[in-house]
Amino acid sequence: MVVASMRIRVPERRQSTPLFTARGRDTVTFIAFVAPNFLAIGLFSYWPLLRNIWLSFNYWDMIAPEPIWIGVDNWIEVFTSTTFPVILRNTFTFTVVSVGATLVLALGAALLLNEPLRARDVVRATLFAPAILPGSAVALVWTFLFAPNFGLVSQAAVAIGLPTVRYLNDPSWAMPAVLLVVVWRRVGYEAVIFIAGLQSISKDLYEAARVDGANAWQRFRHVTIPGLGPVAFFLIVTSILASFQSFDVIRVMTAGGPVIATRTLIYQVYQEAFGAFNAGRAAVYATILFGLMLSVTIVQVRMVERRVTYE
Amino acid sequence: MNKSSARAIPVGIPTTRVTRTFADLAAGMASYTGLAIAFLVIGLPTYWVVIGALKAPNEIYTVPSTWWPLQPQWTNFSKAWVAAPFPIMFANSLAVTVASTAAKLVNAIFCAYAFAFINVPGRTVAFVAILGALMIPEEVTILPNYLTVASLGYINSVSGLIIPTVGSAFATFFLRQAFLALPREVLDAAKVDGAGHLQTLWHVVLPLARPVLATLVLLTAVARWNDFLWPLVATSQATTRTLPVGVYFLFNQEGSTEWGVVLAGTILVVAPIIVLFLMVQRHLVEGIASGAVKG
Repeated sequence: MVVASMRIRVPERRQSTPLFTARGRDTVTFIAFVAPNFLAIGLFSYWPLLRNIWLSFNYWDMIAPEPIWIGVDNWIEVFTSTTFPVILRNTFTFTVVSVGATLVLALGAALLLNEPLRARDVVRATLFAPAILPGSAVALVWTFLFAPNFGLVSQAAVAIGLPTVRYLNDPSWAMPAVLLVVVWRRVGYEAVIFIAGLQSISKDLYEAARVDGANAWQRFRHVTIPGLGPVAFFLIVTSILASFQSFDVIRVMTAGGPVIATRTLIYQVYQEAFGAFNAGRAAVYATILFGLMLSVTIVQVRMVERRVTYE
Repeated sequence: MNKSSARAIPVGIPTTRVTRTFADLAAGMASYTGLAIAFLVIGLPTYWVVIGALKAPNEIYTVPSTWWPLQPQWTNFSKAWVAAPFPIMFANSLAVTVASTAAKLVNAIFCAYAFAFINVPGRTVAFVAILGALMIPEEVTILPNYLTVASLGYINSVSGLIIPTVGSAFATFFLRQAFLALPREVLDAAKVDGAGHLQTLWHVVLPLARPVLATLVLLTAVARWNDFLWPLVATSQATTRTLPVGVYFLFNQEGSTEWGVVLAGTILVVAPIIVLFLMVQRHLVEGIASGAVKG
């Protein structure tokens, strides 16, 4: 495998007759060092990308020996379907709410955990823990909590006089339920990064603001918030990308349902490929997903460049 | 604020009367209330699951629920252990995580070293190609990779779970940054001493980069261990599944009739991670935080 192939380079023969010039030796070493990684990335990242684009112009049930070229039919089919707008809207809702809610809650938690409070380290670790657990296990836990009638959520709702709902089977409740779990799982992770951001803001700035007579809110507004800008930007971009990739929680809790109420782009890729066995349509959705993620990354690079240039 | 007032009190000197305003006290109480809520948001669901895993089926469906299992059903755990092949799934998870993490890291180390220290023409172009791969997530490549691995005959095998994951874009990028930040003099000294690239890498760069490597190993291993989508599509037999996928199938199979068993199975999956997390918690959290703030 890769590890084995890595042993075969080492042109360490400087003592004997030099086979290469120093420059040539460097080139050989360079190639030997990067080749395995390039092979893996080429085969399992770039080639699939091209293959997706090619597959998107074919009809294939993955059983027939060869795909059948059908031109842009898959694309037309997807763009004119009634499913596509729903999936886009779901993806949009899922992304905006999960990114926004996580960011705000994590900032709150970070401000709290940055205070010199007793037991804050324990709370920080507790809050962070869900982020490292398998999404499927977390989703199972919450499927239990959201269970109708005997679930904790349901009983809490009844206790405060709300009607009990079959949360995961109700078209208007399934998405909020899934979102709650995704946010619950990520808040601690983002809080930890916010705390590091808070600690990187110079104490002198706070002192200067205090001398200028700024109150707590003004210090927060004009020192903390701008100071956290880069960290918040990093978190927003990474969590947008992470939300596009969220699959396990949706798969376990709702399987994209009820009907297609929680079906996002990534879920649709999976559904078309491994549920409907339509490789062409799956490839269309995968290409759209890639295009979206690429745009987010390009925006990120632009923004970072601008900040670097103007500051 | 709180910090300055705390600093104003000399440590070790018994202060009989601390000048504390009512506002300070209220703020303190609010803070601790917030802390308690944050703890309960995670703690309560956890507690609910643990007691759920010890309840008999009829007790689970009783409303209002008991806050302590009437008769702890330890058999839920043995039932879960039998209902899904836990030892095999654990071995699969371990094999995939170790092999994939090792291969990724080895790839990243050599690649990052080459990009940081071996100056050859075309290096920038090659580096951009690696950066580009950062934008191609596993989710987008899932179907073509399935086809590739299937044509190699590796579906339903541990090798099939490992192979598509050995390339490394993020770790290469991350490590290159770390390598470039190493003190230049030490590296030049190694060069003057006539050390080749392998020797420099092994004896100089890797020891210096140990903290970064530890963070990377942890991050990569956690992501590999928790991976769900690829193991889900690349396996169809219980004996080739990893734990995150296996516990999902346990739920599918036992459904809502045997919640106690499903929860016990979930705890079996989660417990080793929690134990490991408690051991490396500080390092992991600090590594993630510093990586994000610097990078």
